[in-house]
Amino acid sequence: MTLFVTDEEMALLLYDIQDLYGYDFNAYAKASLKRRINRLFALDRFPSFAEFRFRLRTDTAYFGRFIEQITVNVTEMFRDPAFYLALRKEVLPLLATYPFIRVWHAGCSTGEEVYSMAILLREANLLHKSILYATDINPQVVQQAASGVFSMQHMKQYSENYILSGGRHDFSSYYTAGNNKVLFDVSFKKHMVFSTHNLAAESSFNEFQLIVCRNVLIYFEKELQARVFDLFDTSLERLGFLALGSKESLRLSPANAKFRQVSEQKIWRKVI
Amino acid sequence: MAKSDLSNIPGCVVIGGSAGSLKVILSLVTALDARLPFPVVIVLHRKNDASSLEHLLNDRCPLRVKEAEDKEDLAPGTVYLAPPDYHLLIESDHSLSLDASEKVLWSRPSIDVTFQSAAEAFGHHVLAILLSGANNDGASGLEYIRHHGGQIIVQDPDNAEIPVMPRAALARLRPDLLLPDYAMAAAINHFL
Ligand SMILES: C[S@@+](CC[C@H](N)C(=O)[O-])C[C@H]1O[C@@H](n2cnc3c(N)ncnc32)[C@H](O)[C@@H]1O
Repeated sequence: MTLFVTDEEMALLLYDIQDLYGYDFNAYAKASLKRRINRLFALDRFPSFAEFRFRLRTDTAYFGRFIEQITVNVTEMFRDPAFYLALRKEVLPLLATYPFIRVWHAGCSTGEEVYSMAILLREANLLHKSILYATDINPQVVQQAASGVFSMQHMKQYSENYILSGGRHDFSSYYTAGNNKVLFDVSFKKHMVFSTHNLAAESSFNEFQLIVCRNVLIYFEKELQARVFDLFDTSLERLGFLALGSKESLRLSPANAKFRQVSEQKIWRKVI
Repeated sequence: MAKSDLSNIPGCVVIGGSAGSLKVILSLVTALDARLPFPVVIVLHRKNDASSLEHLLNDRCPLRVKEAEDKEDLAPGTVYLAPPDYHLLIESDHSLSLDASEKVLWSRPSIDVTFQSAAEAFGHHVLAILLSGANNDGASGLEYIRHHGGQIIVQDPDNAEIPVMPRAALARLRPDLLLPDYAMAAAINHFL
């Protein structure tokens, strides 16, 4: 059987990482974190745990790779089309009444979600008064998101998602294609701000009308989830919206009392 | 480290199925004992069909059947279904986590992933059952279960609608029991 990192070894590793690099992974859900760590250990063919640990302690560049590989960056445009349909029908009409719209995509990964939102806002004629703040703990995905360049390979599926989300335009009109890659309309970028931000450690940086944090919280333990909900609470205007992934919920957390679910989709509104 | 002695859950049954296993699961849940003192976790490869499977099973099963929710605690006498398109993991405090990372052996949910986490969370207090299927998911998960001292049942390939998955497991290990579909429920009822 393959070599595997034990719970005790993982605890050592997490301690080192916090100590040397200031990243705290202790409040991540252990079973999937352990899978990621074991996957990296196998992928990079370390002969022993000691060498894995040594490399992480001494090689800052390798720590960069650790962050990239340990975080799950799987994403797509108009992921769960019914969610985007609900945004179009139930949320954007209310946001339309504001003079200015600030949206925070927390855990934006490579930016597919941010571009999906920008398309919705443009089609609702709201993009001109909107700013989308897109953040992630992983600097590499943030950089990629900021480039506005995506792989051609997925465009057919994204276009189908887009239509299911209520889109009525020709999806390909939003990008120019070339060389297996597509570049999204550069005018979108004027309304986007990209930055690294660690939900487990950093505080609020603005007040928003809509926070989108999808498929990020499942990787956290319940206590960290609760802390992040408090962070979102402080970062939302009264009557602001919070959107979560299709299997995530506020229900088990104390912040639930301040929010009301306003859609069949995972969309809550801050009522207090 | 397994903390089985710290929670009120004495053990766990995990079931993995793919093509040809739905029929087995439907008849199996009908015959479960209504007072099982442990949870049953089912990982079935399936299409994203919302909650119809949950209803289908609930109509027949004397136990409560529900789709697994992120961070909920396992409860005895409850049947949990892995939601489509997420891996389902059991944490050492016996709560559940969902994970949308890459497919494993072209599968999400992956039977291997759930079996492995069950072995880590429950040690030898696990009964793992692998049913009909057309791929080789589950075999390495069963090796984990074995490594941690858990019990293993594989559906008899002669009895399986699609024997590829049971055969792939048999090529890697000898199960404690090789059973036909109709004998599965009794084996679960007598676990622990
Ligand atoms: C599965 S992706 C979700 C992408 C997108 N929101 C979606 O639903 O398609 C999860 C993202 O959360 C990020 N993440 C993990 N831990 C984080 C943290 N502590 N702070 C901010 N982002 C984090 C990961 O780097 C990853 O890009």
